[in-house]
Amino acid sequence: MQNSRRFTLKALTVATVLGAFGLTAHAQETIKVGVLHSLSGTMAISETVLKDTVLMAIEEINAKGGVMGKKLEPVVVDPASNWPLFAERARQLLTQDKVAVVFGCWTSVSRKSVLPVFEELNGLLFYPVQYEGEELSKNVFYTGAAPNQQAIPAVEYLMSKDGGSAKRFVLLGTDYVYPRTTNKILRAFLNSKGIPDSDIMEEYTPFGHSDYQSIIAKIKQFSSQGKKTAVVSTINGDSNVPFYKELGNAGLKATDVPVVAFSVGEEELRGVDTKPLEGHLAAWNYFMSIKNPANDEFTKKWAAYAKAKNLPGHKDKPLTNDPMEATYIGINMWKQAVEKAKSTDVDKVIAAMAGQTFRAPSGIVSKMDEKNHHLHKSVFIGEVRGDGQFDVVWKTPGPVKAQPWSPFIPENKGKKDEPVKK
Amino acid sequence: MRPHNFPSLIRCLCLCLGMAWLLSAMPARALTADDALALVEGGVADRIDALNRLAGAPDERAAALIRAMAAREVQVHEGRVFISGADGVRDAVTGEPAELPEGAQDVMVNNRMRGALQGALAALDLIGAPPARQREAAATLQQRAFDEPDIDMLPLIERALAGELDEAARASLLMAQAAVLLDSEDEARRLEAAVKLGGARQPVVRPLLLQQIERESSEEVKAALRQSLAALERSLQRNAILAQVFSGVSLGSILLLAALGLAITYGLMGVINMAHGELIMIGAYATWLVQVAFKQWLPGWFDWYLVAAMPVAFMSSALVGAAMERSVIRFLYGRPLETLLATWGLSLVLMQGVRSLFGAQNVGVENPAWMSGSVTLLGNLTLPWNRLFIIAFAGLVLLGVAMLISRTRLGLFVRGVTQNRPIAACMGVNTARIDTYAFALGSGIAGLAGCALSQIGNVGPDLGQSYIVDSFMVVVLGGVGQIAGTVYAALGLGVLNKFIEGWAGAVLAKIAVLVFIIVFIQKRPQGIFAFKGREA
Amino acid sequence: MSPRSVKLPAPGPLLTRGGWSAFMVALLVVCAVAPVLNLMVPKDSMFHLSDYMVGLLGKIMCYAICALAMDLIWGYTGILSLGHGLFFALGGYVMGMYLMRQIGTDGHYKSELPDFMVFLDWKELPWHWALSDSFIATVLLIVLVPGALAFVFGYFAFRSRIKGVYFSIITQALTFAAMLLFFRNETGFGGNNGFTDFKRILDIPIATQGMRMTLFVITGLTLLGFFLWAKWLVGSKFGRVLQAVRDAESRVMFCGYNPLPYKLTIWTISAVMCGVAGALYVPQVGIINPGEMSPANSIEIAIWAAVGGRATLIGPIVGAFIVNGAKSILTVSFPEYWLYFLGGLFIVVTLFMPQGVVGLVRRWRGGPQARRGPEQAPAATSAATAAARDDVPPMVAVPAEVKA
Repeated sequence: MQNSRRFTLKALTVATVLGAFGLTAHAQETIKVGVLHSLSGTMAISETVLKDTVLMAIEEINAKGGVMGKKLEPVVVDPASNWPLFAERARQLLTQDKVAVVFGCWTSVSRKSVLPVFEELNGLLFYPVQYEGEELSKNVFYTGAAPNQQAIPAVEYLMSKDGGSAKRFVLLGTDYVYPRTTNKILRAFLNSKGIPDSDIMEEYTPFGHSDYQSIIAKIKQFSSQGKKTAVVSTINGDSNVPFYKELGNAGLKATDVPVVAFSVGEEELRGVDTKPLEGHLAAWNYFMSIKNPANDEFTKKWAAYAKAKNLPGHKDKPLTNDPMEATYIGINMWKQAVEKAKSTDVDKVIAAMAGQTFRAPSGIVSKMDEKNHHLHKSVFIGEVRGDGQFDVVWKTPGPVKAQPWSPFIPENKGKKDEPVKK
Repeated sequence: MRPHNFPSLIRCLCLCLGMAWLLSAMPARALTADDALALVEGGVADRIDALNRLAGAPDERAAALIRAMAAREVQVHEGRVFISGADGVRDAVTGEPAELPEGAQDVMVNNRMRGALQGALAALDLIGAPPARQREAAATLQQRAFDEPDIDMLPLIERALAGELDEAARASLLMAQAAVLLDSEDEARRLEAAVKLGGARQPVVRPLLLQQIERESSEEVKAALRQSLAALERSLQRNAILAQVFSGVSLGSILLLAALGLAITYGLMGVINMAHGELIMIGAYATWLVQVAFKQWLPGWFDWYLVAAMPVAFMSSALVGAAMERSVIRFLYGRPLETLLATWGLSLVLMQGVRSLFGAQNVGVENPAWMSGSVTLLGNLTLPWNRLFIIAFAGLVLLGVAMLISRTRLGLFVRGVTQNRPIAACMGVNTARIDTYAFALGSGIAGLAGCALSQIGNVGPDLGQSYIVDSFMVVVLGGVGQIAGTVYAALGLGVLNKFIEGWAGAVLAKIAVLVFIIVFIQKRPQGIFAFKGREA
Repeated sequence: MSPRSVKLPAPGPLLTRGGWSAFMVALLVVCAVAPVLNLMVPKDSMFHLSDYMVGLLGKIMCYAICALAMDLIWGYTGILSLGHGLFFALGGYVMGMYLMRQIGTDGHYKSELPDFMVFLDWKELPWHWALSDSFIATVLLIVLVPGALAFVFGYFAFRSRIKGVYFSIITQALTFAAMLLFFRNETGFGGNNGFTDFKRILDIPIATQGMRMTLFVITGLTLLGFFLWAKWLVGSKFGRVLQAVRDAESRVMFCGYNPLPYKLTIWTISAVMCGVAGALYVPQVGIINPGEMSPANSIEIAIWAAVGGRATLIGPIVGAFIVNGAKSILTVSFPEYWLYFLGGLFIVVTLFMPQGVVGLVRRWRGGPQARRGPEQAPAATSAATAAARDDVPPMVAVPAEVKA
């Protein structure tokens, strides 16, 4: 009895060791892909789903034979919503794990804290979230929207007849760089359209703020001066929920004071009772409710993946949103670029990324600009439906090219539309 | 004559109102398939034109279609329009029951369309509808009249006033009439209107009055206008202050709920429980679970899930609290600083546990119907129902705890052990068990706080973290040993916070309150109500 | 009656023989071994110390300085501060301001002002940035700013005799309020983005191996220097009074000592140590943001001291290495379990290991010396603890001062 057990144990050990060798030998034939998204902490709510999107895309690519015959191997790290940890993990991915590319970051702080690492070590980062622009690094590809691909078309819509012909604007945001910069750009834009500063109210609340009574009272007062008022909300994260609840309870309907949000997507509406919010707006480059074959395929794939991997929340009610679509486009474009460059060398891939196209779930053929590392994106304005999805009420006629250095910020005069060699 | 522009929406409303009056004597126009299609497909401007044509003299079918569109119950498929109402799917044109074909698309209704639909419905419902609908229609009309008064509305308003009307609807229409008559040719009517508008309380009337004062030629009317304006501004100012007081009391009631449990345990055991926020979070999650259960098994009773959730939240937090006390805190008796650290560790474990069980995402807690919306007092003071209920709830909890502490045997023992532990023990009180019960009570109250907080904020694993510092501040400020201290501290901090927020913004208000407490504690370390001597 | 002069026993040697040899080894490792392994040994060799490890170890050493500071006030004086992260962050921000000025016109907007001021539309530097371009001023401010804040706060707090749990909660409120203040963009410290993208220090580029190693060595030397200083402090008469304050403050007062200057001094020293640690942390990590002031960070400092062993000085350093090492490993391999581990650590250490790791080690080495642990306090309360376990309330009310 003892002997046979000991023998089994030995055999198992040998097998495991051999297997491990085999695996490591096999592992040398994979291309490592880094995933740098917070899986714990405050940003976990938003970022975990992006990690899963990358894993799903990798599975899909591997099933089709991988990249240049090699399988992709994901290396997932958790920077835990801690900005210094982001930089540390990025360095770890690039130097210890030697990944070929990293998909990651959500907040601008996290991106700014890893940027020096990527530039120092010549790494490659794909950043999938809408942001404030004012940055253009050779080592980063920005698959999210720049302000002119989200904020400005949204405000134009609000000023149009269909959007309610708004003449007064409340710029309400969370206090950090994205809302501040976006509002600066919007103010300049509104001034250029003849809206004076007295018709613009700018307010900021801290992260995690949940008591919006006073702000709603201010908005009510501001909007009852005789001109049609609209609210442009750059409130981030779960502060949106108490904001909308308070808005609904105060009786501010979308037909009176429409609110367009830039950080509220399908995922953020998951925890909200959307009946009082019907008619309020969001501006994105993708909505789950857009009907076209590419999006059907994408949403079906995601639903199946979420069920198979038992992802909490998504296994029962799978939702897709704009950053997920941007991640999906990014990783597919990277794959195409590697195959075009026939190598994973960062400089070659960067060169091969220029002009890449991909049939995006949003219905357009997405294109990576030749020079400025941003995607050309169409802008969609959606109204909240009672079931938490969005009705697309307007879209740009075609894809819009990004302007990372906004022309509405005077200090940007003379900036080139491509990364500057440092 | 008047220099301002007419938004097209108001034009439409006037048009359809005018036509409604004009054509009301004519036979209703039957709804044709083309009309129905024009309403549901195409550009928004064209659809609004089609709506106006139909709303001018709608028959029963057209009225039903307009109503269904406002309720988003219309589908279209290959030229046929369907209404999916409560009584099944019907063809919009014929009214006959029909099968909804595969691939039928929902009809898109955007804000502009919705506004036009509401205007059309208001016109339809003004005469001969049930009282509730009349009130709504009259309120919509009044809102339009204040936004952009148009003399063309007058005939319809006067006709409606001549007929049978609900009282509230009549009052709204009289105000609308006054707003419209402000610019009439006849001075007497203008004077009458100016005086009438003095009773209006909506802030949107202010620019209307100001505009008229500028244009007015007659001195008498000007004086009346100025008087009305002054009355309005007084009322607005008073209501603004009342609103701030209300939001302060509302915040105070939340702080009270959050801090009450902590005050009890700290007073009794000298233990500051850093996991208190997580007990609040557990109460909130318990409420969510009850909501899910109701949705699944008792959907008819959904609105009452909150009542069922209260004892569940209380018990779940109380049990967790008791478990914490028995397993960890008891062994750290006499070492409050270590208790701080140990309970902080417990809070981390609880947070991560909830994350693993329910996911890191927030979970959605829907308010029951009676918690949504608001009540409008004094013209424009809107008090949300959920906050009113929470204030009442906090009061009830306070009363319950006060009665428990002062009238029951458990309360007697708790007070005894708080005042003098060794002598209470000599009297035969099992102090360890009282500790557990009191801790469970404090935790249960935290659970109730979580139940209340789930109605106004997010429910996620980090819920507790946002309230923990505030709870501590209330306890530190209020002092230990008496509930009255906690009450005063909570209400005081809430009102102070809201008043500072009024002119300095949310962040500075919070910082100011924290600094105030830090300074106050230097002066009076034992808090507002000192029970024990100079023991910190 | 004339006060008799009591002959105090002479303070023992600063470090035992063994202690000195360990110290020399540590010194050697920091100053010689690490630089060689990083800079001279080739990258593919097994002995190479990667840049990543250098950064990580440097960061942990900064944390160890904080833990040491915490030990001085908690282990030896009985004051638990849950807001020491504030002083750490303040030192970091002062250094950060200097580093931001050093970026000069190399920022995105080619302006004299830091980038975040440009997009906030500010035209000139606010007053609190006045001295930030001078290195000497920066070094002075790193000491003065946390020190002054600590002095003022401590003076008023200790004068009102706020102690125990109230004091801890108040420090938590202080750091929370400061965090809220710094998160505001209007305050002029970069808001949520903080300071990042540093280029140079003293006009030497910061992102090079050499500079990284230099910072590492400086941090190591600072840690060792502070350790020696702390050892001397607690062995001196000043240190004895501190421990007396921890054990029985009223009795100390009755003996004729005013605890206020003692507490205030050690509090300020500890704050300055944290500030220096913060200043060394920022160039190594490359970013400072108001999240460093969060109460959670400060509470973690306390756990490093507790894990290692309070009132041992070497314990908190060991504790900082253990906990942060575990964090680095676990957030990679088992991210979902890291918080369980940390929370569990808090509970286990306070319940079962009040003497920490160092205490455990000493107990294994044996000897009655070891059993006494950090002086009398736990001994008195352990009786209470044992009593509580038997469900019998203690017959003697434990005096407030002994609750530690």
